[in-house]
Amino acid sequence: MSATGFTPNEMMTIAASRALKNDDVCFVGIGAPSAACNVARLTHAPDITLIYESGTIGTAPDVLPLSIGDGELCETAVTTVAVPEMFRYWLQGGRISIGFLGAAQLDKFGNINTTVIGDYFHPKTRLPGGGGAPEIATSSKEIYITMAQTKRGMVEKIDFFTSFGHGEGGDHRQRLGIDTSGPTLLITDLAIWKPDPVTKEFTVVSLHPGVTRQQVQESCGWVVKFAEALDETPAPSELELNTLRDLQARTRAAHEGTGKAKAA
Amino acid sequence: MVKFLPLKQAVAENLNNGDSVAFEGFTHLIPTAAAHEAIRQGFRDLTLIRMTPDLIYDQMIGMGMAKKIVFSYVGNPGVGLLRRARDAIENGFPRPIEVEEHSHAGMANAYEAGAAGLPCAVFRGYRGAGLAAVNPNIKSVTCPFTGEGLAAVPSIRPDVTFIHAQKADKKGNVLVEGIIGIQKEAVLAAKRAVVTVEEVVDNFDDLHPNLTVLPRWTIAAISVVPGGSHPSYAHGYYARDNAAYLEWDEIAADREKFQAWMQANVIEKSAGDFAGRVEHLRKAA
Repeated sequence: MSATGFTPNEMMTIAASRALKNDDVCFVGIGAPSAACNVARLTHAPDITLIYESGTIGTAPDVLPLSIGDGELCETAVTTVAVPEMFRYWLQGGRISIGFLGAAQLDKFGNINTTVIGDYFHPKTRLPGGGGAPEIATSSKEIYITMAQTKRGMVEKIDFFTSFGHGEGGDHRQRLGIDTSGPTLLITDLAIWKPDPVTKEFTVVSLHPGVTRQQVQESCGWVVKFAEALDETPAPSELELNTLRDLQARTRAAHEGTGKAKAA
Repeated sequence: MVKFLPLKQAVAENLNNGDSVAFEGFTHLIPTAAAHEAIRQGFRDLTLIRMTPDLIYDQMIGMGMAKKIVFSYVGNPGVGLLRRARDAIENGFPRPIEVEEHSHAGMANAYEAGAAGLPCAVFRGYRGAGLAAVNPNIKSVTCPFTGEGLAAVPSIRPDVTFIHAQKADKKGNVLVEGIIGIQKEAVLAAKRAVVTVEEVVDNFDDLHPNLTVLPRWTIAAISVVPGGSHPSYAHGYYARDNAAYLEWDEIAADREKFQAWMQANVIEKSAGDFAGRVEHLRKAA
């Protein structure tokens, strides 16, 4: 049964969770990717392997971690390895099927910036940087990206290439010697996008319930291409929505529950 | 040979102005008490190395102690940006700092190469990424067997590494468990290593043989500082104080509020205050 009264963000997270399969091995980014991956685990993909870059392999947290290294991730993992091993054996070794990333700035070829707004040496805004993302983007077999749409976030030209998507499009990845598929899916709060098979430009293939083409265009900084046969994303089921909301309620309680900090 | 020392003395004997120093911990076991002691002793011109320079590096940068940072993620994980670090990078306040930025894979490999005594690390990285164009320490090499182009970065060899760990035994061997991060490599890559621990036990005889243990002869000094990684956590001892990370965002957003907080919570405090800070977190662990 479909639910009603869901928010665009809830639709985004649930649509993203549906893209994950039970046999996926997924390198999980913090934020919306983490929520989507755990909803997948708690609904249709109970055996999915979730990996966080702190070294936890096959983790099954009861609440969403605030950071990539919360204790809950280690306590529920199949095993926990050192950070060099994580990046050398597991990521570089080609064991990851899906790298799931968020973005501060994204272009139509799935290139991501989380480093700076403005010039690198004189930034207008210094963002946290890439962390694991530069190599997640090239060593995972596929990349899924999720972000809420804004004109500032989805831009014609990103200020910095934190992680490489399809570059300038076409066969740019192959020309750099990268043999993984790169971004194959973008899930926003308004739509589902897939790269054009030839140009690799992200194209809207499904609109979330009640969303118009005009809304998608108005919150995107490039001229949006729409697939000829445009689908409508199925609304969240009661199960999906309740699972997400329960997870977020547990998470809020856990993170606020430690009381006001006296010192750091 | 390892010495058991009060933290004040361990820091004074092992850290110098102008040193390159790593206070490592990958979210877990962050050596906060050691960093606060370094702040109280007022070291200057440090090169601060860490994969994830979170609150303690925000604090040291905000106090004007750093001339350079080497990092791969300069954020408050799950919360947002590091506001004192941003102020230094964007506005040169309280002093300009030099930035050397890598990816996690780059730094993890560089520490491992440092621990292995190699001059550089080679790995498949930075492909198509903008960092290679802005960081002269990211170069490329050709595999002599396959011809594949690979990234190369210089190994990391800090003058001194500080870490926090769960236990030392009476001889000075150190046990780290849970999310073990990059700490072992950071200790073995450094010229000197200082470890703060939650407690000292007689021996490790009843523990599993595959746990991560740093032999006593790899460490210069051990200081017993219960709660010494707050607001980070020590697996098996106390939980992460997530509320403190959220609160830090507000404190660090304002230059004066930051100074007042540092005065009250760092300058006027001592290593002995950490145990009290984690009391309410022990039952959650």
